[in-house]
Amino acid sequence: MSHYLAIDNLTKIYPTPKGPAIIVKDFNLRIKKGEFVCLIGHSGCGKSTVLSMVAGLNDITSGGIILAGKELVGPGPDRGIVFQSPCLLPWLTAFENVMLGIDQVFFTADKSERRQIAEYYLSVVGLADAMHKRPAELSQGMRQRVGIARAFALSPKMLLLDEPFGMLDSLTRFELQQVLIDLWSKDHKTALMVTHDVDEALFLADRIVMMTNGPEAEVGDILEVPFPRPRDRKAVLEDRDYYRLREYLITFLEERAHHKRPKEKLDLPPPPSSTRGKAMKVLLTPV
Amino acid sequence: MPYLELKNVSKSFGVSHVLKDINLSVDKGEFVAIVGFSGAGKTTLISLIAGLLKTDRGTLTLNDLEITEPGPDRGIVFQNYSLLPWLTVFENILLAVDQVNPNWSRDKKREHVEKYIAMVNLTPARDKKPSELSGGMRQRVSVARALAMDPQILLLDEPLSALDALTRATLQDEISRIWQEDKKTVLMITNDPDEGILLADRIIPLSAGPGATLGPSITVDLPRPRDRKAINHEPRFKEIRREIIEFLLNSKGDQHATLTKKLVLPDIEPEDLSLPRSALGGRTKPIRRREIKEVEVNA
Repeated sequence: MSHYLAIDNLTKIYPTPKGPAIIVKDFNLRIKKGEFVCLIGHSGCGKSTVLSMVAGLNDITSGGIILAGKELVGPGPDRGIVFQSPCLLPWLTAFENVMLGIDQVFFTADKSERRQIAEYYLSVVGLADAMHKRPAELSQGMRQRVGIARAFALSPKMLLLDEPFGMLDSLTRFELQQVLIDLWSKDHKTALMVTHDVDEALFLADRIVMMTNGPEAEVGDILEVPFPRPRDRKAVLEDRDYYRLREYLITFLEERAHHKRPKEKLDLPPPPSSTRGKAMKVLLTPV
Repeated sequence: MPYLELKNVSKSFGVSHVLKDINLSVDKGEFVAIVGFSGAGKTTLISLIAGLLKTDRGTLTLNDLEITEPGPDRGIVFQNYSLLPWLTVFENILLAVDQVNPNWSRDKKREHVEKYIAMVNLTPARDKKPSELSGGMRQRVSVARALAMDPQILLLDEPLSALDALTRATLQDEISRIWQEDKKTVLMITNDPDEGILLADRIIPLSAGPGATLGPSITVDLPRPRDRKAINHEPRFKEIRREIIEFLLNSKGDQHATLTKKLVLPDIEPEDLSLPRSALGGRTKPIRRREIKEVEVNA
């Protein structure tokens, strides 16, 4: 079997008072086992909708998703998810937050082994000294490290990452990308990640899937990332192809953006990312 | 003759040393960007220059006068806009102009405010309140307000970090255009190396805290106006970018936690929770990875 994850004609339609809103239409994607794929596109293009359907957190209107030979129905611990905000339970320590999932999927193992798993992943992400702190005592970057450890600790069949570093500043982002890729390199877990950061996608992914702007978002173009692994940021930045690929991606994103922008004298910024995937009203004042 | 000068400036809060031996000189009309990690002390640095905080050691001078308190000679743009919510765009800016030029006639003030509203392309939104504006538009008001005071230096404290990537790009272009029209002395703080390279004449990395200090200053000798896309082809752009990122990552490098315990990762497989418990068939122990054998099956 060559495809580990197969997404076929995936479509998402939300009913609205003005009739159905087609967010994603006939989205097709095949991911091989051990492949790291990034979905890139603008805020609101539907990339997170695709990811949340793979996660089973969002109903599928039509089409289907097959993971390791089984059709996906609903959420499950076979897919480890890293969200944009780590969604930790504030009254539990980092360690207890990670143990929560481990206790579920490793219920046949004994307690000492379960604890070893949590200690292992929390230490590898750099939290050996902070694993018994509560989220409020951790910085934003450290919380996201807990989120990464939690996803890996479940030994999922695949990883789903929804703009995991979107809320971090660009330097903390560099650090956490390294943490993620180091961890990923250990067993090459199949991964699907949503991002709008071009540099992030080039550093992490084997393939970058560019999505067209919604509504009716679909795959616009696919870019194979040729950099050898294991990747070193310095080597990647110095690679002759790096800036060529970077420009290619930026051009794709900019051109799709221009399509959508109304030719108004008042240069309206796009809607904030929190309204992603939701229908919204925009008031235009005549100039 | 430097316009803004910081000599051996240090600042601590209680026992935590935030800034150590900061030396910086900015010439008149220069655009300088300081890039650093969040939490490194970037905002502390700007607050010192703004006069909102006092130094423990060292001196700060602007145009040969020592900085001791806040004043309208320094225009500040904060990350969180800091607009008064009950005033319109026009009124927010007028408030600043009123303070700096109380003797101007009403018409002159109005004209002046409208000029700066036009400069940031907000004329259609002149009479709107902040709550009716998007994040990008609010930040434009904040920029216009700072410029309308005609300060000697403009301090930008991560002005664009709260905005999404596209709005950010649009505003970067706008700041670049306004700076070229106005030729103000600007000190910008940012956590985005690309933003610094795109806008500044000089870019200086601030090492990771505690005890953060400024690294070597790098002159951004790329021709203006700089195009975000074309700049990718410039070998000099790549060089500057690499130099800054390397300095910053190295300054943070030796902060890893010490491991006192040997880590063990048990080689056990997770259970399939979608199956009923009876599928375990009485098994009470987890499956070990080394027990899994690959078997070829003829279909």
